[in-house]
Amino acid sequence: MWDYTDKVMEHYERPRNVGIIENADAIGEVGSIVCGDALKLTLKIDDGVIQDAKFKTFGCGSAIAAASALTEMIKGKSIEEVAKITNQDIADYLGGLPTEKMHCSVMGQEALEAAIADFKGIKLEAHEEDEGEVVCKCFGVTDTKIKRVALANNLHTVEEVTNYTKAGGGCGACIPRIEDLLEEVWRSEAERRSAGSRLTTVQKIKKIEQVLTEEVRPILRRDGGDVELVDLAENRVVVRLMGMCHGCTASDLTLKGLIQDKLHELIDPTLEVVEDAGA
Amino acid sequence: MRAPKVYLDNNATTRVAPEVLEEMLPFLTERYGNPSSMYAFGGDVHKDLDRARERTAAMLNCNPTEVVFTSCGSESDNHAIRGLVDAYPEKGHIITTKVEHPAVKNQVPYLRRKGLQVTELGVDRNGNIDLDELGDAITAETLLISVIFANNETGVISPLAEICRLAKERGVFVHTDAVQAAGKLPLDMSTLPVDLLSFSGHKFHAPKGIGGLFVRRGLKIRPFIIGGHQERSRRGGTESMPLIVGMGKAAELAAGKLKDEETRVRALRDKLESGILSAIPDTEVNGDPDQRMPNTTNVGIHFIEGEALLLAMDKQGICASTGSACASGSLQPSHVLRAMGIPFTSIHGSVRFSLSTYNTEEDIDYVLEVLPGIVEHLRDLSPFHSMADVEAFGA
Repeated sequence: MWDYTDKVMEHYERPRNVGIIENADAIGEVGSIVCGDALKLTLKIDDGVIQDAKFKTFGCGSAIAAASALTEMIKGKSIEEVAKITNQDIADYLGGLPTEKMHCSVMGQEALEAAIADFKGIKLEAHEEDEGEVVCKCFGVTDTKIKRVALANNLHTVEEVTNYTKAGGGCGACIPRIEDLLEEVWRSEAERRSAGSRLTTVQKIKKIEQVLTEEVRPILRRDGGDVELVDLAENRVVVRLMGMCHGCTASDLTLKGLIQDKLHELIDPTLEVVEDAGA
Repeated sequence: MRAPKVYLDNNATTRVAPEVLEEMLPFLTERYGNPSSMYAFGGDVHKDLDRARERTAAMLNCNPTEVVFTSCGSESDNHAIRGLVDAYPEKGHIITTKVEHPAVKNQVPYLRRKGLQVTELGVDRNGNIDLDELGDAITAETLLISVIFANNETGVISPLAEICRLAKERGVFVHTDAVQAAGKLPLDMSTLPVDLLSFSGHKFHAPKGIGGLFVRRGLKIRPFIIGGHQERSRRGGTESMPLIVGMGKAAELAAGKLKDEETRVRALRDKLESGILSAIPDTEVNGDPDQRMPNTTNVGIHFIEGEALLLAMDKQGICASTGSACASGSLQPSHVLRAMGIPFTSIHGSVRFSLSTYNTEEDIDYVLEVLPGIVEHLRDLSPFHSMADVEAFGA
């Protein structure tokens, strides 16, 4: 018997926003019947704002509750805002989930991510994960996903990884590999943190320019946009969005979701990206 | 916490019969003597110990000296297999199946670490082993065949008579976990030549904490708990008189209820099963329909997930269980249903209803009244309504 919160039980018993939006602007489908849970999220989006959200879930009580909670959390919010929602936010909204059930919140977050990617016409994470190496064969979990979820949720043990991703929860053959991945994630994270903070200002500017050129511009240019670095004050990275990006409703998503994430990942997790006020 | 409205999880555990409790109470109060003591206060208790053993032996039609009291079915399974393995270190092979209870199944890695070869026989879609495959698996090294008598999840009954025939021709011992069968099916050790048979009191209306192992007279087996002379030195430790007396009474009651089990309980199970199949589309029964416990049905309800179903039934006061992964804490669904090759569309939505002599026609009517609505609600929530939906998902 799981120790579900009243809020989980309430959302399980009276799920909000059940259904499928016809002619949806965004569709996110994650999971599978083999794994034991699946979620289909459909969104109606106008002016970058989620006007309506509906879901269908095959899964246990907490999977239904997490999907219901997610739709409530995102309705009426802008894409930029909801892009920041983490699986922990979903769990928190429900007053917490049993640790063994955290993968239900991860499924909600992934469906949202898949729907946003679908809306933007790109397959960011899903694409990346498809290219990863399947570590857990029982549940089809890739190394990319394990590393991403471990970093995002501060997971340090195989058991935690299993609770959040299911990886390692089947035959157990991949457990040594998950241990290696965890070591790799946290070692490189520690190196990255110490490396970023040691850079001088000029080194930092050069690195930022390099990341913008190699990682960010190719993506923006596909949509006819561009970006330039205006200033670096302490850890505030001031940039100017240009071309189609200038004045775009998704500009906040570009700033935080794309540029800042890349800078965090590749240079320093304390960097904050802001748009040039004079732009 | 009130008792549920309809309890249909009797393969998990059963209620203690009032007659059982009544016989136990004196041993929890004034009759606390140790049956091994020399004075009458203890010696009298020993007579009750003997009587409980006789009653239990009567349930199995065996000699009372062939009954070892244990703490549970799992202990009995451990005692049987490890006790035999330790007694025959020269033998290196054991045959079992992929549908055993964890108390047998999870001994396999331990046995392999000890250097034994273990063959785990598969089962067909109905949950039956292939006797030819079993015959072929026996070698000169084979010490033991351990096969579950009646499967706890599906109720499928193994062909023990044929298994014993194959084993005895080749001088191989046979153990069976009969935890789900004892007290519900007639068991006769004078005609069924198994060497070891495990059973558990709380599956037939005795309390939890008491089980037993039939050990055929003359069988060489190492003690499980090394200690005093209790249980003919096979299991040391002062006897738990209240529990032993309770199981003795439950065994006696069970003998008188076998007919009810075979007729009334079976009819209720059949009514429940056919009622579900006719009222709810995309459902199927898992397990051989003919070779099955009269009290058990395992129904696969496609396109929904079992834990969600159990939660909803619980709200309506119905207790049952599921082979779904989410309900167990492990992430893998039932090893039994997977071994049978049941598709995942059905395994995750599998529900086991297991009846007892205390269930009534009203219980079944109530389940048939509320279950279709619950399933309809969960199917409305589900993105899957057909195999085509399942295949198209995420594509």
